[in-house]
Amino acid sequence: MIKIKTSDRYDITAFRSLMTNIFSLLAGLGVISIIFLIAGVNPLYAISEIFSGSFGSVYGIKETITKAIPLILIGAGLTLAFRAKFWNIGAEGQMLMGAIFATWTGLTFGNGLPSYIIVPMIFTAGFIGGALWGIIPAFLKIKYSINEVISTLMLNYICAEILTMLIVGPWKGKTRFGFPGTDNLPDSAILGLIPGSRIHYVTLILALVCAAVLCVVVYQTRFGYETRVVGENPDAGKYAGINFLKTSMILMAVSGGLAGLAGVGEVAGIHRYLGYPAAVSSGYGFTAIIVAWLAKLNPLYAVVSGIFFAGILVGGDAIQISLGLPAATVEIVNGTLLIFLIMGDYFLNNKITIRFSNKGHD
Amino acid sequence: MKKIHSLEMESISKSFHGIHANQDINLRVESGEILGLLGENGAGKTTLMNILYGLYQPDTGRIKINDAIIRINNPVESISHGIGMVHQHFMLVQNHSVLENIALGYKDTPFFFPKIKIREQVKEFSSQFDFNIDPEKKVWQLSAGEQQRVEIIKALMNGADLLILDEPTSVLTPREIKELISILREMKAKGHMIIFISHKLDEIMDICDRVVVLQKGKIVGSAHTKNTDKKSLARMMVGRDVVFNINREKLAKGKKVLRVEHLNVNNDKMLPAVKDISFDLYKNEIFGIAGVAGNGQRELAEAITGIRPIESGKVCINDKDVTNKSPRYIYDHGVSHVPEERIRFGIAPGLFLYDNAILKQHHLKKFSKRYFLKYSQVKSHTKTIINEFKVSTHSINNQIRNLSGGNIQKLILGREISEKPQLLVASHPTYGLDVGATEFLRKHLLQLRRQGSSVLLFSEDLEEIFELCDRVAVIFAGEFMGILDSGDERLCDIGLMMAGSKKI
Amino acid sequence: MEEIIISTLQRTMVAGTPLLLATTGEVICERSGILNLGVEGVMALGAVVAFIVTITTGQPWLGVLVAVGAGMAVSVIHAFASITLQANQVVSGLALTMLGLGLSGMLGKPYVGKPLSIKMDDWAIPWLSDIPWLGKIFFYQSPFFYLAILLALTSWFFLERTRLGIQIRSTGENPKATETQGINVSRLRYLSVLIGGGFSALAGAHLSISYSKSWIEGMTSGRGWIAIALTIFALWNPARAIWAAFLFGGIFVVQYLLQPLGISPNFLSMLPYFATLLILFLISLKDPRKLNAPAMLGEPYKRGER
Repeated sequence: MIKIKTSDRYDITAFRSLMTNIFSLLAGLGVISIIFLIAGVNPLYAISEIFSGSFGSVYGIKETITKAIPLILIGAGLTLAFRAKFWNIGAEGQMLMGAIFATWTGLTFGNGLPSYIIVPMIFTAGFIGGALWGIIPAFLKIKYSINEVISTLMLNYICAEILTMLIVGPWKGKTRFGFPGTDNLPDSAILGLIPGSRIHYVTLILALVCAAVLCVVVYQTRFGYETRVVGENPDAGKYAGINFLKTSMILMAVSGGLAGLAGVGEVAGIHRYLGYPAAVSSGYGFTAIIVAWLAKLNPLYAVVSGIFFAGILVGGDAIQISLGLPAATVEIVNGTLLIFLIMGDYFLNNKITIRFSNKGHD
Repeated sequence: MKKIHSLEMESISKSFHGIHANQDINLRVESGEILGLLGENGAGKTTLMNILYGLYQPDTGRIKINDAIIRINNPVESISHGIGMVHQHFMLVQNHSVLENIALGYKDTPFFFPKIKIREQVKEFSSQFDFNIDPEKKVWQLSAGEQQRVEIIKALMNGADLLILDEPTSVLTPREIKELISILREMKAKGHMIIFISHKLDEIMDICDRVVVLQKGKIVGSAHTKNTDKKSLARMMVGRDVVFNINREKLAKGKKVLRVEHLNVNNDKMLPAVKDISFDLYKNEIFGIAGVAGNGQRELAEAITGIRPIESGKVCINDKDVTNKSPRYIYDHGVSHVPEERIRFGIAPGLFLYDNAILKQHHLKKFSKRYFLKYSQVKSHTKTIINEFKVSTHSINNQIRNLSGGNIQKLILGREISEKPQLLVASHPTYGLDVGATEFLRKHLLQLRRQGSSVLLFSEDLEEIFELCDRVAVIFAGEFMGILDSGDERLCDIGLMMAGSKKI
Repeated sequence: MEEIIISTLQRTMVAGTPLLLATTGEVICERSGILNLGVEGVMALGAVVAFIVTITTGQPWLGVLVAVGAGMAVSVIHAFASITLQANQVVSGLALTMLGLGLSGMLGKPYVGKPLSIKMDDWAIPWLSDIPWLGKIFFYQSPFFYLAILLALTSWFFLERTRLGIQIRSTGENPKATETQGINVSRLRYLSVLIGGGFSALAGAHLSISYSKSWIEGMTSGRGWIAIALTIFALWNPARAIWAAFLFGGIFVVQYLLQPLGISPNFLSMLPYFATLLILFLISLKDPRKLNAPAMLGEPYKRGER
């Protein structure tokens, strides 16, 4: 007779937390290997391809950093929202709204303004766009108790349609030969790249700064403090006199705003014009959810986990080519890893003892 | 299943974390008998009955039905032995109808169309015992008394011969109490046995044949109700004659700090919980509100501190009207609060000790500068609280959920006292603490009084009330039964007042 | 004119069918207290599995069966995480959606754009289908339509009129009280999550082998999420889900109806999502006590905790 006993664990150290994460990821990779096997691919080869594709070459590292930029920005913002137990699934939409605002600003004011004026302008516009799109669900949740998971998701779809409507309609560029998309942004509004790569370094610096600042915000400021209290125990928040509407709106403005910045980076750094929504956001908003979760909701750790998942995205592209696997493979990898990460939390929070005994009952 | 003719509990003991909840308890009930179990809160009544109902296992001792030893591992087994229990907090699904609630627990519920059969059965039972409930209504639409009857029907339909009622009258109106009593008499006449847990002397005298008095986990007396009176039961329950602490120094009454006028407050179910209460509280004074939990204390405390809306009436701090102001506004006007449910309101469990040490104060100049928190000050402040209030923890970088209840309470009290409040609202501050921690916290309350603050102390513990308070109000069913000075001779009857049988 | 109205209503029924199936499943699941945000992913998986099995074996009903099995199997993950491991149900559900979408994309890659030659024929109900107007709208439909309505009504019957239904609903309302009555809360929750998964997969199967008769990635286009919103709109009642789903089916169809009027198709595509926000807003104006939301929805239940 095997007896399994669980009890709450109180001594959670940073080391144990890290080890749990690593074991969860390894277990997740184990399951992914099985999926690869079933798909007829040598799992060891596929996994080594993923990591050598992303971290194994200079080109791979450059691409990984490029894709890490939006993941770090959005992931860091999501740590803040998730800390307050605000389930923002709408980073995709917030990112697109940022891109829309930035494109409009760039196209309208860009000609004739020097870079050092127009670039800050488009970033500001992008932040505002994402923030506005993020505030809506916060308001709906606190005022009308509308579930934020659904509202943020619906706003994703709506924003994608708005964007499409703009690029096939009023904003359609004359230089696109009838294809949907705006004209290219003026040169002054295009972000500089590190030579020989697609790394738009302004956004990269911005992302690192934002993650660091957010870390300070979460752990050093009154607002961060209130966010953590509300997430930990809303009743205690009420007792402490915290204004829920204000707190939620600010944190969603920040979370959405950072997603907006990521949108600016993609438009002004990578594509140079506003194209189809799927091309602009490319699922970063969803991947960033896992980034935030793996970072244990610490904005600074989101830098590391953002780079890790960017690596998986780049490696995923690599095996698509070398092994002929579909693009969706990356989603399987992501979904599986997320499942194992949350399952790992159980073993972090509970002490499990297994006892073998011969008797039927204790 | 055989009918229960007698049930016996022999030398039952149970302890939690080294604290004796029950010690060597012997008890016997026979059919057609109503046994009263009398004692203050925390005397061990509920623990004892949970053992009988299979929720806990006793450390030692045994249970016998019809003189045969039985083992009860869980409530389902207890039900099958013919034992039914009506908990103080009803085990009902609020959003479901009465029929659905009964169908859930009834062992012979048919799979298809369960409600049809249950409806018939309920009708039958209702006519037998005069229950008079609409079985189609949702539970949340019922009054507390009706909900209780649903629980009784549930137990009876599963064939309960022994019915345990835990504080059954605490939630009832006087009329409902009368109805309950007549139902219980009817059951007694039909040969059921009943264990009736209460701290209200009137009811015990009225309903029970025999009464057993518990105090601190032990039986301190038992009597046939015919042969005793309320006074001697009250003495047995409280366990001492009323003695006042003479160590408390005399202080001159200061200026008025708190004024409460004709206050009316509702509870969570939007029913009146505080009814037209008025009182004043002065500097250098500890004002005690004695009473059994659930008589409106919580609502009163929350209304004064701004957590709960006030229906009508007025609360003034230093002559400033703070009625229905935000908790932060009231805090900033000098009112601190040690809440009743510490874990639920008082702390954010996953945050560090030092985060929790400033839960209501993080906006103060002392701890924050513009948008930032001054963590060096916060941490040194936390260390001061920890040293001064002897909170035992290995570090202030420790999640507060790792601390014991006593240490959490010390931290909360330290936090609330540290800013030298003009008024401290303290709800059951020593509830569940060991003797050392209790003495320690009481000393701090007295020190606060000496330093010129005033304290509004809610407590069920009469010893605490007598030791600390300059004046005492007794609350019962949301009303004050009287406000007395500590020297008043009428305080001897405080037990009667708490039980609602005397008003001054 | 008559033609247009009849065909619009007929298509409304078709468009509402997957919504009804998924909503019914989610109602059962949420009634037991478990929030399952994996509907979208399970739906996509169901769609692709049904399509593959049908195209390779030529047996559409076998496809449906295998799809339902796959949907239930993949839902075990969510059940295990949220019931046994008491994990956060929001994140676990999202993970399930990612996994489902990923698996469907991978499995369906070779089948993208392939037409389905084996058709699941529409069923004309004898006699009834001859009724003017109504016959064409209600009684000359794909078998999924009848199945969806039948399953919704059956689910309603099971939840409201059987002992098991009372137990499932009690589990979502007050697991502690349910457990003290000697009922195994975990087992009921597992059962409900699996049923919900099966229904979502069924909805997906309808999309691929009956509605569009092809497979493309992302063909569920948010229907799973809308079903979750419809669960709230239907006040957790499968019978109400019927008209809620067909109301939304109507919104999907209206898009095509309005397109010739020169309204931007992208604007029209927004309608279902806008409508979802709108109904959630309208529902929020209702007295929360009358909403019937399972009281313990989304709260992990730990046995023996008092």
